[in-house]
Amino acid sequence: MAENPSRRTPPGPPRVEPLGDRALLLTLGEGVDPDINDRVHALVSAIRDSELQGILDLVPAYASLAVHYDPACWARPGISPYEALHQELQRLWSQVRTDRRILSRLVEIPVWYGGEFGPDLAMVAEHCGLSQADIIARHAAPEYRVFMLGFAPGFPYLGGLNPSLATPRRETPRLKVAAGSVGIAGNQTGIYPLDSPGGWQIIGRTPVKLFDPTLQEPCLFGPGDRLRFVPTENMGNHP
Amino acid sequence: MSLLVETPGLLTTFQDLGRFGFQHLGVGPSGALDEVSHRWANLLVGNSPEAPSLEITLAGPTLNFFRETLIALTGGDLSPEIDGRAVPQWRPVWVRMGSRLSFGKATQGARCYMAVGGGFRLPKVMGSASTNILAGFGGLQGRPLRAGDRLETGELSQQIWPSLLANLHRQDAPFLGLNWFAPWFREMDFLRPATLRVVQGPQWEALTAHSRAAFLAESFTVAPNSNRMGLRLQGSKLSLETPMEMISSGVTTGTLQLPPDGAPILLMADRQTTGGYPRIGELATVDLSKAAQLRPGEHLRFKLITLSEAQELDHRRETHRREAAATLLQRMLG
Repeated sequence: MAENPSRRTPPGPPRVEPLGDRALLLTLGEGVDPDINDRVHALVSAIRDSELQGILDLVPAYASLAVHYDPACWARPGISPYEALHQELQRLWSQVRTDRRILSRLVEIPVWYGGEFGPDLAMVAEHCGLSQADIIARHAAPEYRVFMLGFAPGFPYLGGLNPSLATPRRETPRLKVAAGSVGIAGNQTGIYPLDSPGGWQIIGRTPVKLFDPTLQEPCLFGPGDRLRFVPTENMGNHP
Repeated sequence: MSLLVETPGLLTTFQDLGRFGFQHLGVGPSGALDEVSHRWANLLVGNSPEAPSLEITLAGPTLNFFRETLIALTGGDLSPEIDGRAVPQWRPVWVRMGSRLSFGKATQGARCYMAVGGGFRLPKVMGSASTNILAGFGGLQGRPLRAGDRLETGELSQQIWPSLLANLHRQDAPFLGLNWFAPWFREMDFLRPATLRVVQGPQWEALTAHSRAAFLAESFTVAPNSNRMGLRLQGSKLSLETPMEMISSGVTTGTLQLPPDGAPILLMADRQTTGGYPRIGELATVDLSKAAQLRPGEHLRFKLITLSEAQELDHRRETHRREAAATLLQRMLG
């Protein structure tokens, strides 16, 4: 992989702040940056591997990690549970190999572009001054990074949209966008995991269920994974 | 069938202690908003605090009992009645088969919790029986109760409150409650304006000096569009020294977010897992239940405490609760 200039400066330790008495926030940098995001996911792996007690949730975001903990597991004489966990995380951080490439899954998402499943494809093409085929080709070309999940169960914040596809949101949001809808909003692209209201420009739909609470792994992908959209002609038995 | 829902009430959902371990997938914790009342309702009927209870909001349901059932009602006072007679709260109550539980006016607080001896029979979804209303899973088919729903209850694992049941059988009443009042009730108070203790949030220092002073000196009102996701607070508009562009990061239950309109939002159990607004404060865990009992239109004030004070209060409460639960267990077997 080509040398990325931002990797040359070794990262400093994360900024640690309490988020109330049962969570803390580790901030590893500013902005939406794949290198910083790599470090976030490396830290998540390190904490999971360490099997620290009393960690209820690890919530990675673009450049930060929220750690939800049970303070009863971090009761130590003389110091607060926050300080005890903070010390342990600092010790862990000094051992994290942040230059390590994270092993992430590549998840392929079949998409039926345009037509009744992508009612805004023509509008996006017109806005971008491209043909509909160009929009599809450029949308399906990159390997997107799942920076984080949030907003709703299974909703991915993706990085990697070709800037030539950036299109503002719809002026009037739809009351119901079907689960699986693939859309563009500004310079972001994403997939609606559940039926919900929404203002994104819908260019297609995937028949794949992104979020199924009854499965052992309820989401098709997790934070740090990579994702590619695959144009498909055949929706199989899906509506 | 153990219970039949005749009318569902405004918003009646099954909740437990919440769904943890899935926030990285965007799944919020849900769970009882007033965890204190949820726990005591379960403990009073001999259940583990992990068992689901019914969270009943402002206007309660009407439930018909198809079997003799041990119940406890805790939390806010929504004027519960069985066959027209007022039911006491914060104590175990044996309900005779064929009785009908209904609710009247909300006289204190916003949410009442009902647990049944043996627990409600519900599948766990992603480790919890809590209803995730927005995503539509957990609880009873992922939704609030509806008229006609049939609720199943489990069996009591051992004889508890035996003299209470014996007395019910000797009388002609639709129900019988213990004649004492659970002292653990003191964990809760319904004073208004409520005083909620907060710890400084990451962006507390970014508030203007005037906003910091107003936040601590003035009272706020709970807005009508508040819900299980968050309490929207009306009061002095708060502002930052300079507007901030923030990227999304994790939030928690009790986070006080400040959107650009200057009206803070106190995040509750159905919150999102991440947010992009400045966080001016974080509610102390010990005061979450108090916040959960605030009704739209009611007033509250904030008091700043340190993080170690908040953790010490939380620790002391846990210790007290463990002792009280042990005492309760002794009594219910006697």
